Amino acid sequence: MANKVNISINGFPVDIEKGKTILEAAEEQGITIPTLCYHKDLCVAGNCRVCVVEVAGQGRLSAACATPCEDGMEILTNSLKVRNSRKHIIELLLAEHNADCTKCYRNGNCELQILASDYKIMTQDFIELVPLKKYSIDMFSPSIIKDDSKCIRCQRCVRTCAELQGVNALTVAHKGDEMKITTFFEKHMRDVVCTNCGQCVNHCPTGALVEKNYIEEVWEAIANPNKHVVVQTAPAVRVGLGEELGLEAGSRVTGQMVAALKRLGFDSVLDTDFTADLTIIEEGTELLTRLKKVLVDGDKNVKLPMATSCSPGWIKYMEHLYPEHLDHLSTCKSPQQMFGALAKTYYAKARNIEPNKIVSVSIMPCTAKKFEAFRPEMHDSGYRDVDYVLTTRELAILIKQAGLDFDKLEPVKYDRLMGESTGAGVIFGVTGGVMEAALRTVYEIVTGREVPFDNLNIKPVRGMEAIKEATIKIEKPLKEWAFLDGIEVKCAVAHGLVNAKTVMDAVKAGKADYHFIEFMGCPGGCLGGGGQPIPTNAKIREKRAEAIYAEDGALTLRKSHENSEVAKLYKDFLGKPLGAKSHKLLHTKYTKRQRY
Amino acid sequence: MANSHQLKRVDFIFRNENDWEKVLSSTIKKKPNELINELISSELKGRGGAGFPTGLKWKYTSEEESDEKYIICNADEGEPGTFKDREILSKVPYKVLTAMAVCGYVTGATKGFIYLRGEYKFLEAELNKEIAEFEYYCNEINFDFKISIFMGSGAYICGEETALMESMEGRRGEPRNKPPFPTQVGYMGKPTVINNVETLVHTYTIFKYGAKKFYDLGVQYSRGTKLFSVSGDTPKPGIYELELGMSLQDFVYEFGDGDTKAVQVGGASGFLVPRKKFKDAAIGFKGKLTGISLPTGGSMMLFNSSRSMFNVLDNYLEFFREESCGQCTPCRVGCQQLLLGIKAVKRGDKPALYLDKLMRLTETMQLTAKCGLGQSVANSFSSIVENFREEMIY
Repeated sequence: MANKVNISINGFPVDIEKGKTILEAAEEQGITIPTLCYHKDLCVAGNCRVCVVEVAGQGRLSAACATPCEDGMEILTNSLKVRNSRKHIIELLLAEHNADCTKCYRNGNCELQILASDYKIMTQDFIELVPLKKYSIDMFSPSIIKDDSKCIRCQRCVRTCAELQGVNALTVAHKGDEMKITTFFEKHMRDVVCTNCGQCVNHCPTGALVEKNYIEEVWEAIANPNKHVVVQTAPAVRVGLGEELGLEAGSRVTGQMVAALKRLGFDSVLDTDFTADLTIIEEGTELLTRLKKVLVDGDKNVKLPMATSCSPGWIKYMEHLYPEHLDHLSTCKSPQQMFGALAKTYYAKARNIEPNKIVSVSIMPCTAKKFEAFRPEMHDSGYRDVDYVLTTRELAILIKQAGLDFDKLEPVKYDRLMGESTGAGVIFGVTGGVMEAALRTVYEIVTGREVPFDNLNIKPVRGMEAIKEATIKIEKPLKEWAFLDGIEVKCAVAHGLVNAKTVMDAVKAGKADYHFIEFMGCPGGCLGGGGQPIPTNAKIREKRAEAIYAEDGALTLRKSHENSEVAKLYKDFLGKPLGAKSHKLLHTKYTKRQRY
Repeated sequence: MANSHQLKRVDFIFRNENDWEKVLSSTIKKKPNELINELISSELKGRGGAGFPTGLKWKYTSEEESDEKYIICNADEGEPGTFKDREILSKVPYKVLTAMAVCGYVTGATKGFIYLRGEYKFLEAELNKEIAEFEYYCNEINFDFKISIFMGSGAYICGEETALMESMEGRRGEPRNKPPFPTQVGYMGKPTVINNVETLVHTYTIFKYGAKKFYDLGVQYSRGTKLFSVSGDTPKPGIYELELGMSLQDFVYEFGDGDTKAVQVGGASGFLVPRKKFKDAAIGFKGKLTGISLPTGGSMMLFNSSRSMFNVLDNYLEFFREESCGQCTPCRVGCQQLLLGIKAVKRGDKPALYLDKLMRLTETMQLTAKCGLGQSVANSFSSIVENFREEMIY
């Protein structure tokens, strides 16, 4: 019993593991204590005070999220005193909050709204503060809209930006009635170190931070008879979308999603996984080329480790924080942008459609992808390569607006020409997935044999550990790759920018002897992306990850180089990996940015 | 009044004693345990206003196992109407430094900080000279204790001990969740004693003259003396050292201008006592006293009949609205609501009954605010509105 404490909750005695908070203890007992500033991903703040409970013998109420259980505590979670205070606090928050709910993007999925409804706050006696303050909405970022009038100052975004992402774009400024969440020098989100990762959006309890949505633009394109609208879906969307439509976390809905997209009226429903496979071919070749240049030619201008470049949040983070180390980044565009560039060239040609008639839409688990599509260099097709980026959440809105009974849709396969994919493409959606996909292909290119892991599952790079490492020894390579004989290829995987920072600091200090590093901007990789269903937390990320690996396991083709459409693409259009056309369409350059 | 006594002026704190070297060297010859027991038996309570037993604070910190511990002297004197610490630091700084060093000796800390209010910048140079002299002597007797000054930047909330530590650590001055308390997890996550300037000086008195001398002053639950910053409608504003436990009536006889309508005890975060309650009110910490007992950090503001209590409250609430750190809901939004609320009642935009809604709001603030600031707004609000309701409305 030494590691247990005996407490009572609402009169019922229970033994609770030492160190647990009152909130956790109550949760174990099936009692929900309402919270707002609390989020399982983040450190405890204890500032909203909604979770206050009564502890016998203490005059004041205690914040359940921040108070550890102590032996003998008698806790009341729903006494009159607690209820009255809690109601008061909700009323205060509502008085400060722009409660014009029907016009809010988060209407129906707002934690404050739910609380107000649960506690039946039917009147507003307090004086409304919003009209007294001069709020303006920051809508200059292509990814994120920040509306302070809806902010409840819980600081979840601030903690997210600092603890999960190490970016610190959002911070608290001023005090008292002027206290607010803002950026460096109160600049627009567009003009600060913000990576557009959208984790703040995902962690915001209200509509103060939301994605910039392109729903109407997409409906208009679909309705335009002169436009051919192609849509691509990122790997992580298929394991997240279900949640937004009422299914359990980790539901695999690939087939229904494709069916829904067709019913929404997209002319061609294609898969980002296809260009994920293509990325592996290009990036794998780039890695081998770099290894050769460094190991054989001794080329000092070529940098190792090579870092992946699929995650636009990560890319912008690099540009801001490590502008002198951009050479480490693979020059490969992300799968979204490869797809966009090909849609208006290769696809247009093959389908005999004028590229200017094509509208290219992508469904992403990500808000940074919106920014990425806006980048000036992403016009290699001669047009904007990707026109509109929708998040998983926005796709769910389209489906709801169209009145589709998602659950009852018959699964359908992707259209062809850029619709085929392998398991290697699917696992791009989870941390370690790009690494695993790359190793499956690179090892086979070099040795002619399958990667030496049971059933191709490269376990060391899987899981939610902050930073993962793996080493693969190259033995008996093919003649062409003889220089790699006996070399141990060292790999690392980091997800969440705060972990990326740890690895990059080591690289910067010359203390990391890796050859290849996978970086993903968001915790858990894309499946935990800023555009995924709210809430997202560790448990939900685990479920989505299981679903991704199940998708991979269910496919017969699990190696990118087995993708026949990719092979055909090279044969008919690109020529060879890293060839001239590849360079023009599939590779990019990076921009040095300042921190401030 | 059985539980109060006649107002007695005392002179311990500002008594100029040029023997701090002797006090220091003889005190640190005693065992830490002895000193802690001495302090506990004196029943000295924190003089910042909250009144936590100082001996226990030192004891808890001394019992913590840690490679590093810290002593902080809280000189972020920001309570409206308080100006005693400034006087202590300019007149008898060596007593503060000595007390900090003894505290370091007792608890096992070798580093001390004086968190100096931003507006007291002018004291810094002189204080640094004192510190240099002090450290020179410590070196001579081979006693390892270093003191440095940390300048505050003017936020009232940084007088709250954990917000103060956040500020020292380079972060935004916002109070932390308690527990853990600073005695366990304080500055830089290490066990820390944080004491008010005046509290430290009292320990000097106790270590020099013995606990009994201190204990014999004052009344039950409120032992010793206290510095009072007297201001407002008084012919003799200033700083006075008085025995604790006096009745407010006696205080007003001494300091009032003959027309005293009310006294604000304990600054903006304290209580307002109207004339009719002067004789029931004793100045001291809460205990089993009959009548009202009023803790105070030393601020005593007298108001005569020319003062509007609405204006007084309005002024306090302006202050709290601005000085709340803004972190927790009840304090951030509550202060704004109270201020706007009384104005609305005054204008007639809200009915007089709205004051009762605001009174209930202050109860919630007291119950749920994260730190002492938000919790104590209720004190002045409820005591003013209760006693001068008509002045709020008409």
